[in-house]
Amino acid sequence: MEQKITIEPVTRVEGHGKVTIHIDDEGNISQSRLHIVEFRGFERFVQGRPYWEAPVLVQRLCGICPVSHHLAAAKALDVIVGAGTGDGLTPTGEKMRRLMHYGQIFQSHALHFFHLVSPDLLFGVDADPAIRNIIGVIKKHPDLAVQGVMMRKFGQEIIKATAGKKIHGTGAIPGGINKHLTQEEKDSFLNGPDPLNIDKMISWSVDAVNFLKAYHKENKEFIDGFAAFPSSHLSIVRKDGALDLYHGVLRAVDADGKKILHDVDYQDYLKYINEEVRNWSYMKFPYLLDRGKENGWYRVGPLARLNTCDFIPSPLAQKEFEEFKAYTNGKPNNMSMHMHWARLIEILHSAEMMKELLNDPDLMKGDLVVKGKKLSEGVGVIEAPRGTLFHHYAINENDQLTMANLIVSTTNNNEPMNVAVNLAAKQFMTGQKKITEGMMNAVEVAIRAYDPCLSCATHALGQMPLEIVLVDRANNIIDRKRT
Amino acid sequence: MSEYKILIYGYGNPGRQDDGLGNAFVEKIEAWVKEKNLKGFEFDSNYQLNIEDAAAVADKDLVIFADASTEKIESFILTPVDASTKVVFTTHAASPGYIIGLCKKIYNRTPPTYLLHIKGYEWEFKEGLTKKAKQNLEESLKAMKEKLLNPSELIDSFEDFDVTIE
Repeated sequence: MEQKITIEPVTRVEGHGKVTIHIDDEGNISQSRLHIVEFRGFERFVQGRPYWEAPVLVQRLCGICPVSHHLAAAKALDVIVGAGTGDGLTPTGEKMRRLMHYGQIFQSHALHFFHLVSPDLLFGVDADPAIRNIIGVIKKHPDLAVQGVMMRKFGQEIIKATAGKKIHGTGAIPGGINKHLTQEEKDSFLNGPDPLNIDKMISWSVDAVNFLKAYHKENKEFIDGFAAFPSSHLSIVRKDGALDLYHGVLRAVDADGKKILHDVDYQDYLKYINEEVRNWSYMKFPYLLDRGKENGWYRVGPLARLNTCDFIPSPLAQKEFEEFKAYTNGKPNNMSMHMHWARLIEILHSAEMMKELLNDPDLMKGDLVVKGKKLSEGVGVIEAPRGTLFHHYAINENDQLTMANLIVSTTNNNEPMNVAVNLAAKQFMTGQKKITEGMMNAVEVAIRAYDPCLSCATHALGQMPLEIVLVDRANNIIDRKRT
Repeated sequence: MSEYKILIYGYGNPGRQDDGLGNAFVEKIEAWVKEKNLKGFEFDSNYQLNIEDAAAVADKDLVIFADASTEKIESFILTPVDASTKVVFTTHAASPGYIIGLCKKIYNRTPPTYLLHIKGYEWEFKEGLTKKAKQNLEESLKAMKEKLLNPSELIDSFEDFDVTIE
């Protein structure tokens, strides 16, 4: 009899998630699926609202990465107010936004690596969950836990200084930004007492990359082999091919490195990307139109970004990038666990970029906003921590939003996460009669590499238990566990 | 008047109706503290708690978190928070106990910490609290103002605090 094992929700990823693993009579994995609840209702909710409210309204979508939505919406509205398609802002406007964005990437990646991933690396995926957590990390490597807290705090302070406030930040507005950086803020970030200054952040970022590389050296089989699979990769890149997390053109490469999306203007994204609906998931499956539903899916996020770009425009990260690329002889890296390596290189790049921006006088003076001839439609795309994020809006003659279409990073990674889950399940569960905590965590580790954000916008107390349900082919519940 | 260092921290998403109860509580209690010219208070508000908050609570004498609640309570309840080492559902958003547990492990300190649970009802993509939630907020404010006029009681009675203050 075929059995279905349900892991719900997925711990240490965001929001609601459920994994079902179907096992046949011989103990083989017949199918694995990751189900995610997505708030598509948001796109209807913004209709009828004045367009200039969008950068604040969209932060209701997600309390985890509100800065990414804030900036993607502002970029789409730049187009609508006639401020160009991402590179038409004043130097101050663009640089303040970039600083906000690098702060967001820095703190998000730091949280993910130090507090979500490091327990798995330090103790192994099959270790006792009683020690495989951040408290275990503190006991074994207290320095890592403290660094995670302080790097996150530094990034949060950057966001506060650029977005204006933590809740419903208003920094980015259509056509620019609404504030300069003050001398006091600049001094604090550049020369604050240890550890909260940018040089310490860069130093810790270098340490983090070295930590991962040392771990990789000792655990090559796991890091290289776990949930590895060939795929295409998509991101924005700067027009000259540089890694650019804030603005660029859309590029995709296949598993062998051949360009399959040739640096196109993201205003035309609908010419190249479509979303498939499948009856078992609320979340859509994006794909490249000219490669079709079967072969057109792609990965986004840190790994994809380092696979699509030609170089990194900051010296320390570029040095690490060269080593990263050399490992696969310049070919795309298709190893899921190398997402962590790529993420740490991006932490270092973000820290370097923050330092460069903090020393830029444009942040403290100059025009904040630019406007031109109004258009009725605009697209904003940004590389959020988890990957490429699309915001698309249209307005009517009364300046009301009439259409909103969002493709979030986690949606872009929908198919790759399903592939990763299936591989992990086959590797750790095939032929097993009893499902152990370590096996279940292996599936979660595969998902966690993608750092999915599953739309956890409300979090009121009393919700979201961890539930594991075992169901047979006739959908009878065989077993249920709740934490 | 008190020279204790007190942090009052509300969290939730004000764009999701009653999920913003914790943020609204902080906004109103901050205005009251300023009006009364009380010293030693710090206020914070965010979408959710996270690991960096362990650093924020480390040097405090008293911490009060405020959050919306779906629990079966009448209007609000104040409960002591124990340091927790339990891995919460997600570390993208941490529980008060997790924050205190992290603080204990990293800074070797656990300030007396309470969680104010304020009952909420609706969680849609809308700004503004429901009528019943506003009423619960007002009731919690009334009770907490009384408590905050004499914070030493909250600090001293932490170990055997009676949770039924509503």
